[in-house]
Amino acid sequence: MKNYKYLLVGLVFGIVFIKAEIVSWFRIQEMFRFDSFHMYGVIGTAILVGIISVQLIKRFNLRSIEGEKIELPDKNFSYGQIFGGFIFGLGWALTGACPGPLYALIGSGFTIIIITLIFAILGTYVYGILSDLLP
Amino acid sequence: MLELLRQPWHWSIAGIVIGLIVPALLILGNKKFGISSSMKHACAACLPGKFAFFDYDWKKEIWNLYFVVGILIGAVIAATYLADPNDIVIAERTKLALINLGVTDFTTLLPADIFSWDSLKTSKGWIFIAVGGFFVGFGTRWADGCTSGHSIMGIANLQWPSLLATVFFFAGGLVMTHLLLPLIL
Repeated sequence: MKNYKYLLVGLVFGIVFIKAEIVSWFRIQEMFRFDSFHMYGVIGTAILVGIISVQLIKRFNLRSIEGEKIELPDKNFSYGQIFGGFIFGLGWALTGACPGPLYALIGSGFTIIIITLIFAILGTYVYGILSDLLP
Repeated sequence: MLELLRQPWHWSIAGIVIGLIVPALLILGNKKFGISSSMKHACAACLPGKFAFFDYDWKKEIWNLYFVVGILIGAVIAATYLADPNDIVIAERTKLALINLGVTDFTTLLPADIFSWDSLKTSKGWIFIAVGGFFVGFGTRWADGCTSGHSIMGIANLQWPSLLATVFFFAGGLVMTHLLLPLIL
C-alpha cells in the first residue's frame, strides 16, 4: 500500500509532462536548435527549486515522514558520464524523449513509443551484460 | 478553470512542479528522483540471465516502478481530460528547419511522419523509434542516470559528475540535431 504515494507523485509528473509539452519531439528540437527558451526554462527552474529544497532539507536535517534520515549519497566520477552521457544525448535528440517522457507518451496514446521503450530496456540490458568491459 | 488547464502550461509552472518532486520523494520516503532506474529494475525483474549488474533485490526498489506507472496514468488523464484542441505552437525557425528536412506533420506532440506504426516499414523509422530508444537506454545506464537523476536530482545536490553528465547529454543532442539528423531525415 505504501507505494501508492509514489504513484500519485508520478501522476502529477505525467500531467505536467504532457501539458507543458516536455514530451514533445518538437520542443526538444527547439531546445537543441536554441530557438526557444521553453525547455531551458523548465529544466532551469526545476534545478533551482531542487537546489533550494535539498539545501533546506540538509540545513534543517529533515527526516522522511517515516522518520528515516534523508541521505543523499555523492555521485562518483566515471567515464560513463562522458561516453554514456553522449550516447544518451544522441538518443534524446532522435526520439525527442528521455526515459520519463517515454512512459508519458505511451500514456497519452502514442502506442508506437512502446517499441521505443522496449528498445530502451533492451539497451539497458545490453549495458548490464557489457558493464564489466566498459570504463 | 478547465479552459486554462487545457492550454499549454507555462515553463515556470512545469519547472516548479518538477523541482518540487525532488523534496516530495525525499520526504515521502527518502527516495531519490530518477526515472531511468525503472528500466534497470525491469531488466532485473523480467529478463533472463545471471549478470552481476542485475543481481540485486529489485523488489526493494519497486517504488520506482509505481512512480513510472503514475507518470503513464497521469499522461492518460492529461490526454483524456485536459487535451489542447489546437495544433502545437513551436518556434518558426525550428519549424522551417524541420520542413526543409522533410517533416510535414506539425499537429500533435510528435511528427506522425516519423513516429507511427507505418514508419516501421522504413529504415528511417527504425532509426528514430528503435535505435533512438536503444541509445537512450544504453546511454542512461552507462551514465548511471538520465535527465531526472543527473540533471535535476544530481545538480540539485551539487554533484559535479552530474553536471558533467548533463554537458555530455547536451553534446550528444547537439551532434545528433545539427550533424546527423540532416543525413537521416
